[in-house]
Amino acid sequence: MQLTLEFGGGLELLCDSEKIHKVNVDLPNGVEELTMKDLLSWVRTNVIKERPEMFIKGDTVRPGVLVLVNDCDWELSGQLETTIEDKDVIVFISTLHGG
Amino acid sequence: MEASEAKSKKQGASRLCCLCNQRRPVLKRPKTLQQICKECFYEVFEEEIHQVIVKNGLFKSGERVAIGASGGKDSTVLAYVLSELNRRHSYGLDLFLLSIDEGITGYRDDSLETVKRNELQYGLPLQILSYKDLYGWTMDDIVKMIGLKNNCTFCGVFRRQALDRGAALLKVDKLVTGHNADDIAETVLLNILRGDIARLSRCTSITTGEDGPIPRCKPFKYTYEKEIVMYAYFKKLDYFSTECIYSPNAYRGFAREFIKDLERLRPRAILDIIKSGEDFRIATTTKMPEQGTCERCGYISSQKWCKACVLLDGLNRGLPKMGIGRARGGANGDHHKETKKPASAGRSLESKQCGSLDF
Repeated sequence: MQLTLEFGGGLELLCDSEKIHKVNVDLPNGVEELTMKDLLSWVRTNVIKERPEMFIKGDTVRPGVLVLVNDCDWELSGQLETTIEDKDVIVFISTLHGG
Repeated sequence: MEASEAKSKKQGASRLCCLCNQRRPVLKRPKTLQQICKECFYEVFEEEIHQVIVKNGLFKSGERVAIGASGGKDSTVLAYVLSELNRRHSYGLDLFLLSIDEGITGYRDDSLETVKRNELQYGLPLQILSYKDLYGWTMDDIVKMIGLKNNCTFCGVFRRQALDRGAALLKVDKLVTGHNADDIAETVLLNILRGDIARLSRCTSITTGEDGPIPRCKPFKYTYEKEIVMYAYFKKLDYFSTECIYSPNAYRGFAREFIKDLERLRPRAILDIIKSGEDFRIATTTKMPEQGTCERCGYISSQKWCKACVLLDGLNRGLPKMGIGRARGGANGDHHKETKKPASAGRSLESKQCGSLDF
């Protein structure tokens, strides 16, 4: 499925300083729908080029990284359990930089 | 149409915004756990800051106020919200942007470009002061000399004073900074971890330095970082977000991570740590440093020379370690035994590691 990933707040530095990534993600074998949990591990492997610990901690995003699915806080849609559909836009923003 | 309906169903469209009961929620508030829509979010976010300003009497009509502006998320949102509230509620303030150029190539030069855009976007006059002009040294020069250890001490001490000098130059009555609730909770923890009682007792004050020439205040004291970033994102505000290239910042980093871990488990933890900091009562037997003025530059200091003068003297004499850490030495120690104050007072002068939070 086609997804748009957007990295902000400094996270773009972990993926070639590109903020917007148009990607094509295939469902893992035997899985019917893609969840944020699957997507995070896909992003970790395929998009993040350096310092993955700035992005992932354990099986989820590092605390302090905000996630929006179609411009909606993922805390409202079930976080890791959020199901992702074709053409969705997923935004990751780090809050961990000085202000 | 069908697709978008399906999509909104996925995101819990069965529920509506807790406040207006009309629109789809886009955000879960860390402070209240309420699910709210974008419009209500803007309203409560701005209104809460207005209430903090009013309840704490932060400003008086006719005052000139400088906003410490780094180009980062907090100060950018602060500049935007404050100019908005100033208009909406007729505060009668003259607002200015004040930026410090530490001379860090590839970091501050880029973030200053953001501030220059903010100057135009918000119509606020901008004043930039550089370390080079004030002290004769850029942070690039300093790091070349001292390496990547203790450089944040220099930067933090110099910035604090630079902001005061900039504020004096602009003839402002007050300086506001973008410190948010997460920053303050983190600072409470750090001051406990360092046993810095003098700082612990004042780090939660919304206004500090009222006895000095230019009081400082923090209108975002109770504002969560998450909401500041969400606000900047939804409003598409133009901010700069790159970590300082010289800041490994390990100790503060641990405290920050700990706060964020706690927030994930229980978002109220941040406000509760601030509350704990506010309610500490310092034993009367605890020796607090006396505030005086620096004999060299006249800046407030609890010692003969202020920390910036000690550090600068060390740099200029080629002895940059002077004034670093808790060891006595330099102008306030061996060379000036005539000084009356006990050198142990120097402990409280320990600078905050990494001054980026001074903004």
